[in-house]
Amino acid sequence: MSSPREVTDATFESDVVGSDLPVLVDFWAPWCGPCRMVAPLVDELSDEYAGKVNFFKMNTDENPAVPSKFGIRSIPTLLIFKGGELQGSIVGFRPKSELKKRLEEALV
Amino acid sequence: MQDLDIAIVGAGGAGLTSAIYTGRARRRTAVFERLMTGGQIATTDIVENYPGFPQGVNGFDLAQLMLQQAEKFGAQVVYEGVESLERTSDDRFVIHTAVETYRARAVIVTAGADYAKLGVPGEAELVGRGVSYCGTCDGAFFQGQEVAVIGGGDSALDEGLFVTRFASKVHVIHRRDQLRASALLRDRAFANPRMDFTWNTVVERIDGSSQVERIQLRNTVTGEASSMAISGVFVFIGQVPNSHILKGLVELDGGGHALVDQGMRTAIPGLFVAGDVRTGAARQLVSACGDGATAAISAEHYLAERWPGGE
Ligand SMILES: Cc1cc2nc3c(=O)[nH]c(=O)nc-3n(C[C@H](O)[C@H](O)[C@H](O)COP(=O)(O)OP(=O)(O)OC[C@H]3O[C@@H](n4cnc5c(N)ncnc54)[C@H](O)[C@@H]3O)c2cc1C
Repeated sequence: MSSPREVTDATFESDVVGSDLPVLVDFWAPWCGPCRMVAPLVDELSDEYAGKVNFFKMNTDENPAVPSKFGIRSIPTLLIFKGGELQGSIVGFRPKSELKKRLEEALV
Repeated sequence: MQDLDIAIVGAGGAGLTSAIYTGRARRRTAVFERLMTGGQIATTDIVENYPGFPQGVNGFDLAQLMLQQAEKFGAQVVYEGVESLERTSDDRFVIHTAVETYRARAVIVTAGADYAKLGVPGEAELVGRGVSYCGTCDGAFFQGQEVAVIGGGDSALDEGLFVTRFASKVHVIHRRDQLRASALLRDRAFANPRMDFTWNTVVERIDGSSQVERIQLRNTVTGEASSMAISGVFVFIGQVPNSHILKGLVELDGGGHALVDQGMRTAIPGLFVAGDVRTGAARQLVSACGDGATAAISAEHYLAERWPGGE
């Protein structure tokens, strides 16, 4: 079982922007109920897409800079990057089938 | 086609409670959920009035406990939205989800309610970019900023008070000149120096290019237009019952809530409706759970009478 790694304001540039593979970042915070529902779905996706997409999670309480740079005003938010560019965003809890569809769309 | 004794539509407090009862009565039970277990309560920070938790309880945690309890008694949660429901001539129900079709002998609809939208320009475009329907979810992103809360009921004040932990100012914008909210919340809100009230005022437009920047307002008494610079708009103007799958099957009231008797029975034998989606609901977690228990017991009586031998 692979699971998303932590990314911070300090490591975002190298881990996400500089990544060779597409990246999905799960923005969450400990107090956010829906985030706790999304987390296991993101875990499953990180398993299914191992080797194809890198998965990260960022705690928005501890890392204010990146969320504010991307105008995140609601969590959970999932952002998908390809070649360092933002390709898609998913705001709020969505079922896994929809997460998968949106991820596939962002990958093409 | 999977055969069930009881299909429950919606895994909020009402549905999960029904499932605890029907699972415990050893009825083959599936709870269909289109989104998230717990329903409305799952995004509530602290529930202070649910009995048994004198210190209050986090809504998400409470929902997870209800889920565990339902699963412990054998109920299965199926993460598929129900798209339509029909009754067949052999007194069974056919349940269509986006994925599959199921058959059940009784159905309990506990589909709850969704928040109502303002329906003004800018709202849909700026969801997640300053427009929010959940203060406990999104309040923390407005540290030191001014926000507006639209509405004058319990949810508006409760969520508005939560947001004052972060925002420098919370402007409550209400279309009347007094609040509908309970006295306790009113007192707390009036006493909070970060809360500010704008009466007799409606929102006409939300402006902002990539983020909410301001709202355009109109005074309902004088007709005067004004505008307010804010970075967040939290909307709490009531609810819309999720009753579309019941349309054409059971009678709905003017607000779209299903009519039921005291046993949560509809006019169709074997079809029950419980919780916030029924007419006259108290719209509280404890009453939704109580409705769920009542519906499950009625369903149990119905099954025992209609199929006394089991088959
Ligand atoms: C912000 C907020 C704070 C609150 N605070 C309190 C409080 O402190 N104390 C209190 O007692 N009450 C509180 N309430 C009210 C309480 O949450 C509700 O009364 C209660 O949760 C209603 O439960 P329910 O099961 O009837 O419906 P819901 O909780 O709305 O659950 C319905 C479920 O059905 C699902 N569903 C809908 N349609 C379908 C479909 N077609 N197929 C499959 N699934 C479907 C929905 O996704 C949802 O999960 C609060 C509500 C809100 C919004």
